[in-house]
Amino acid sequence: MTLTDSSLTDLVEAQVLERVLHEALRRGGDFAEIFAEDRSSSSIFLDDRKVEELSTGRDRGAGIRVIVGETTGFAHTADLSEKGLLSAAEAAAAVAREGGGGVRKTALLRQASEHQQVGTLPSTVPKSAKVDLLLRADDASRSAGGAIVQVSAGYGDSRRRILVANSDGLLTDDDRVRTRLFVTCVASGDGGLQTGFHSLAYTLGYEMFDEHPVEEVAAEAARRAITKLQARPAPSGVLPVVLKSGSGGILFHEACGHGLEADHILKDSSAYTGRIGQVVASPGVTLVDDGTLGPNWGSLVIDDEGRPTQRNVLIRDGVLTDYMWDYLRARKEGRTSSGNGRRQSYQDLPMVRMTNTFLLAGDEDPDEIVSQTPNGVYVAQLGGGQVNTATGDFVFGMTEAYLIENGQITEPLRNANLIGNGPDVLSKIDAIGNDFDMSSGTCGKDGQSVSVGCGQPTLRVAGITIGGTASA
Amino acid sequence: MPDLLSLARRVLEQATADEEVEVYVSHGRETSVRVFEGAIEQLETAESAGVGVRVISAGRQGFSYVGALDEPAAKEALIEARDNARFATVDEHAGLASPDGVEPPVLDLWREELVSFPTDDRVALALELERRVRSGDSRIRQVVSSDYVDGFGETAIATSRGIEVTDRQTGCYLFVHAVAGDGDDTQTGFGYSVGRAPGELDLEAAAADAVDRATRLLGARKARSAKLTAVLDRRVTATLLGILSGTLSGEEVVKGRSLFAGRIGEQVGVGELTLIDDPTNPLAYGASQHDAEGLACRCNSLIAGGELKSFLYDTYAGRLAGTTSTGSAVRGGFRTTPSVGAQALSLQPGKLDQPEIIAAVGEGFLVQSITGVHSGVNPVSGDFSVGAEGLMIRGGELAEPVREVTIASTIQRMLQHVVAVGSDVEWLPGAATGVTLAIDEIAMSGS
Repeated sequence: MTLTDSSLTDLVEAQVLERVLHEALRRGGDFAEIFAEDRSSSSIFLDDRKVEELSTGRDRGAGIRVIVGETTGFAHTADLSEKGLLSAAEAAAAVAREGGGGVRKTALLRQASEHQQVGTLPSTVPKSAKVDLLLRADDASRSAGGAIVQVSAGYGDSRRRILVANSDGLLTDDDRVRTRLFVTCVASGDGGLQTGFHSLAYTLGYEMFDEHPVEEVAAEAARRAITKLQARPAPSGVLPVVLKSGSGGILFHEACGHGLEADHILKDSSAYTGRIGQVVASPGVTLVDDGTLGPNWGSLVIDDEGRPTQRNVLIRDGVLTDYMWDYLRARKEGRTSSGNGRRQSYQDLPMVRMTNTFLLAGDEDPDEIVSQTPNGVYVAQLGGGQVNTATGDFVFGMTEAYLIENGQITEPLRNANLIGNGPDVLSKIDAIGNDFDMSSGTCGKDGQSVSVGCGQPTLRVAGITIGGTASA
Repeated sequence: MPDLLSLARRVLEQATADEEVEVYVSHGRETSVRVFEGAIEQLETAESAGVGVRVISAGRQGFSYVGALDEPAAKEALIEARDNARFATVDEHAGLASPDGVEPPVLDLWREELVSFPTDDRVALALELERRVRSGDSRIRQVVSSDYVDGFGETAIATSRGIEVTDRQTGCYLFVHAVAGDGDDTQTGFGYSVGRAPGELDLEAAAADAVDRATRLLGARKARSAKLTAVLDRRVTATLLGILSGTLSGEEVVKGRSLFAGRIGEQVGVGELTLIDDPTNPLAYGASQHDAEGLACRCNSLIAGGELKSFLYDTYAGRLAGTTSTGSAVRGGFRTTPSVGAQALSLQPGKLDQPEIIAAVGEGFLVQSITGVHSGVNPVSGDFSVGAEGLMIRGGELAEPVREVTIASTIQRMLQHVVAVGSDVEWLPGAATGVTLAIDEIAMSGS
């Protein structure tokens, strides 16, 4: 089933949009844009065998921006009537002080975008079936072992119908459906309590669970918690680190990707400013951002400025080839957007954001990468992280990791942070596996959260600082 | 301004006799100005409003919200919440707050001058902040952003248990992000100032802070791994208190997810350690007359003289633990249900300010900022390992800058190893106040 039957263009008529864009540019200004959105979502949370709550919500509104030279004005409204939109347009236009910009008429030309194909719209699935999913997750986690003492699980789905109209005459829309599930387990043993987490998140409808049974997610979360009961404190100091495929893509998203966003570049607040054409990574390292990658969590048909997403090669074989761009930053440089303009909701301005960001696979056998590492740490799951884009310094949590001793993966380690510098790590990658996997995450920037995908093959970094408590 | 309480009452009238209903209505406006290189980069006006409805029927809870002050849509949300409740598990502890007779503090958190503050003056503040940072030191290479943000918020809660309250407050802040450079070396520093009205902001201090923080880290290197005394800067302590508050949530405790479970009455820290959560103090950014369920806010003593005194509870957690709410329900706006949280944590200040503590410590590490807090701290096991940058302390004075190290311990050990609490209280945005804190036996990992 396709969703073209319910496009948002039905929500606000084209003539109204044209009149609102006209109002937005009445006092001058180079560019005006309307982003309208109708979002419905549902979530269920299960904790300690109880369905604590089923929650549903609806948000509808429009954000209007006006660009005058280097200045952007922005206002939003939950009132999608012509009156509401005109009043937001007037507020956004307040930055165009000079006035007398002349009359500009916009004739909108609708550009059809092929919407995401959805198997089963989550809103058509009975609430009781979604509740049942979480109860199954709880059962599956508990049956993984008697050490599991607590299970919590969450389900969420959202449908965002968006419309973008701008003074360049663009009128387009999109219909995005996302579904996710997560399970957290607490295991109890002699060494105290340990937690394990696993999640599933795709740009898919409810059919996601046909391919990814909830029991597998639950069992994986339980396994992580139980494994860590035997864990010893992580070492402290600099060691070689092998990242399992799909475990550490977030590191490259955070520590390299953010520094390649054109807003940081144009403000000279990135370690990668002015380095196009230079070697910034080990040979064989190719970093890509691609919003077109099927059902991955960061996929989008069009970005939140109405531009189709595309595959952007950022680093090719160690050499920096390009940055990521949104409309505003691309306009400054006289080029086109790379389809990376995103926003959390109609209440936010778009900015340069990643979609699915990943390192391409190499040709080494993942097992050999481990066996050729005399001593080090094997990371099977990285948790959240943080980066200073100006310096490239980052920190990440290891939520499933093991010691490598004499080329063998041995004892599990307790959670600890990895700390390092993005540009430095890229040039210290000394082995790239021939496998590949992706994972999902939520990326926060300037107070806005968006869904992103991250991926990488198994690879080794010659040395990263591990912030454990045991001496290395 | 819209009459939020009447809207809440009109929605509440739709409640049936066999259900409990809570209607939470909020409305706020935020204006933000960002300048860059002497010109306005962004000027945003954001008005947000909505209604969240909670229904509890036969021990089952359901919730729904709508992002508009629209009476028919809010009544629809009630119907939707009622339907959602059918799918929840019966929980004998589910229920709304009952009026408990505690008088709310009388706080004046509203400044009319903020509401009528002209846009030109907002822009002027952001521009002046940027100018001061740029001219503050020749090594300041960039001011990535200089922001002035102000806003107000008002809420109304009406419930079928007879609670009817309204709250409102104003707030504003200045925030600046500076980059300093020296040769190939780059460092960043942030400065900010918060207040309830523009007149309460300290622009000069915010600018000086950003300049100082960015420039003093220039030349920073990785330090040698060592076990040492860490002196936490005020903002770092506030972050640490935020972590601690999660472990003092009565709900986490009763569910076995806190390292403090079953330890009331125990000496969990050194005698100098006294921690309160006091939203009745109007100086605190998190001050409020009522909590997110409409009960009076109150001052709660959590740790006194190192002894664990009590946990924080909302109505549900209180019932679960066989006690009552401590007025500690918080919520992230109309889109979510209430949960337990700290509102205004602070440590009882000691006698020495930061320079005096540094002198007394002699040898150690002044932690200017930490990163990776969410991934690096486990509230159940107490494991603590975060990224850090700052300055070494040698001979009682600040010495060379340090970056890319981690500091690690456990929360349990840290509380037992506090060697000094500063006298330098700083009111910060968020739910915790800052004060310098020195802790020994910290493992620093570097080279």
